[in-house]
Amino acid sequence: MSTVATTYRTCPRSGLQFENQAERLIKFNIVAGVLWLAFGGILAIGVVLTRWPAFRWLEADTFYMVLTAHGLDMLIFWLMFFEIAFMYFCASVLLRCRIAAPKVAWLGFALMAIGSILNNVVVFQGSSSVMMTSYVPMMADPNFYLGIILFAVGALLGCAVFFGTLVVARREKTYEGSVPLVTFGGMTAAIIMVFTLLSGAIIIIPAWLMSLGVMNVDPLIYRTVWWALGHSSQQVNVAMHVTVWYFVAAVVLGAKPMSERVSRMAFFLYILFLQLASAHHLLGDPGLSTAWKITNTSYFMYLAVLASMLHGLTVPGAMEVAQRQRGFTKGLFEWLRKAPWGNPVFSAVFISLIGFGFLGGITGVMMGTEQLNLIIHNTIYVPGHFHATVVVGTTLTFMAVIYYLIPVLFKRELIAPTLAKWQPYLFGLSMYFFCLVMMGAGTLGVSRRHWDMAFQGAALAYEWPGAAYLMMALVGIGGIIAIFGGIAFVYIALGSLLWGRKLEPGASSATFTPLERSAPSAAAQTYGSIGFTAPGTFVLAMVFLVAFVVYYFINWKYLSTLWGLS
Amino acid sequence: MSAIHPPADRLWYKHPIDRVEGTWIAIALIWCIILFVMMTGWHVWGKQNLSTETYRTTPAQFMAKTQAMVDEYTVRTETDEEIPVVAPPPGSDVYLLGRLWSFWPILELEKDKTYRLHITAMDYNHGLSLQPANINIQMVPGFEHVVTVTPNEAGTYSIVCNEYCGIGHHRMVSRLYVK
Repeated sequence: MSTVATTYRTCPRSGLQFENQAERLIKFNIVAGVLWLAFGGILAIGVVLTRWPAFRWLEADTFYMVLTAHGLDMLIFWLMFFEIAFMYFCASVLLRCRIAAPKVAWLGFALMAIGSILNNVVVFQGSSSVMMTSYVPMMADPNFYLGIILFAVGALLGCAVFFGTLVVARREKTYEGSVPLVTFGGMTAAIIMVFTLLSGAIIIIPAWLMSLGVMNVDPLIYRTVWWALGHSSQQVNVAMHVTVWYFVAAVVLGAKPMSERVSRMAFFLYILFLQLASAHHLLGDPGLSTAWKITNTSYFMYLAVLASMLHGLTVPGAMEVAQRQRGFTKGLFEWLRKAPWGNPVFSAVFISLIGFGFLGGITGVMMGTEQLNLIIHNTIYVPGHFHATVVVGTTLTFMAVIYYLIPVLFKRELIAPTLAKWQPYLFGLSMYFFCLVMMGAGTLGVSRRHWDMAFQGAALAYEWPGAAYLMMALVGIGGIIAIFGGIAFVYIALGSLLWGRKLEPGASSATFTPLERSAPSAAAQTYGSIGFTAPGTFVLAMVFLVAFVVYYFINWKYLSTLWGLS
Repeated sequence: MSAIHPPADRLWYKHPIDRVEGTWIAIALIWCIILFVMMTGWHVWGKQNLSTETYRTTPAQFMAKTQAMVDEYTVRTETDEEIPVVAPPPGSDVYLLGRLWSFWPILELEKDKTYRLHITAMDYNHGLSLQPANINIQMVPGFEHVVTVTPNEAGTYSIVCNEYCGIGHHRMVSRLYVK
């Protein structure tokens, strides 16, 4: 039994048990994340209206400054704050355990807050418009790197508290058997986050010293190691949003994993192979061998792709099985038609799942192919792809779980429930469109991180095809609609915390209630003994596969018409 | 709600999987193998593979070699800056450098002839984006990357810098001719 004085609140709406310190830490981390999301969203207005050729709103120097901050605030600060929060949730709330070393967790939070603010202050002083990647020898102000370092140390402390909490839970026997699947997923994300942050330390600390004039960093080594931070941080997002998908399937539909074994094996493949994808950014680089590129870019023979394809089946598959048990058994898709589409927690996750697979997944594998990367590298196709993964995939999923947590964790009723009902559609579907047309422009070659596709002031300007200009205008339209979707979310989330009706907190007790095992379900006794349980999902998966195969080979066909390169 | 509870059975890892998952694992694994074979096989059967021939270089070294080519093979100059247009013989070593904020010189190549194209960046990272063919290669300072190219279509191409390189990035665009 715990000897530490604390209290545990049992939420009357969800049955979840929140330990006092953990609850406050989770709240603060989520709010910090949402504030960064809001700020990054404001910056998105500048990016979108400048890349829309008809407007070209900001001046070049302001544009690059805003783009640098937009990248860091969204890709690192918003997501990692939320991920630390959800890690604490996976460990403390789901295991009904007090959080290990809350003081260390608060120190971590303070470092993350100070680091992220310092980084932004420096960027907006204007001398550090180096993009998120900050490729040496293009140098930013020393405090740009220092901010990232402080943030990373804080996040590492958060990871340590997460692992410490798992140890405490085991030692104090708050649960029996294995940790729940969602906690297992959170652990996957945490392991990848540690790898990410240590890689970041290996390269950002030397870059910081270089900015102080103390040492010199080789440009190619910088690129190679930096991407073990830059891409791996996005793999943390993938692991965490898949974890949230399982969580939402469980709490909204009562879905059970189709099999613990397959889902956990898929997470385990993530731990082993997902980070190799850093190589995706280095396929056009000199100096790295073909064998290195192939081994890494293929996640060691696509075993992490296999893992994602498994999650992509088992999450909707589990939903289908749960819905069928509820009696929605007609045809292939009654389970899906009768799903709670009016509940933003569910709709956001499902829109995210489909968009992540079709728009983010297929394109990621295509452009991560060594040769096909030649037609994609550094075009605006790349941001098109990662907005599908990080915005449609991760951000929309995190929005879903925040909708869930507002009554449960923050004890507030959602303000504007009708707006909340529509927000995932507005945001998610406009982002689908945004990503599609952005990748369309990239297919025509339009550069990413480029202020003016008309090459103002250049003697030998290139005239992009009219279709490229049309695509970029459509990117602008899609982006603006998505920004309205984002504003709606921030309004609902922060507004509910400020003005939402207070809800009953539930009974408080000095000790935790041990977590019981899930009720046994009809498990297969031998292979195939419970039949073909999720036929609708299987059909969806086959549609996905056909789209994947067709798109993949279309790109090879185009590549084969290009100049010979060897 | 077992995804948020410990598994019902302590030996969950011994449960047989169901048929939907089993079938999909088999299909997905086959597709992954096809993906891998395509990428590796293209190195054997395909004609578009990025060379990995790389040498360390310095701006002075690379400039000396480029200047030698320009001195020998310049056919005309273009724009107010008098950028040399260079037409080296087929099969030869040709040089192209990226710097803040221009490419230099302009190359004039022959269709269906092969050249050893040496590229580097003189200061920051730059990007070589050949349009409208849409071939994109990174240019990293300190590294001389030798790519063997065989243009298969005549025309006027543009080279756009697609790696962010500072405030003049959007002006960094040049030409390449194929006759």
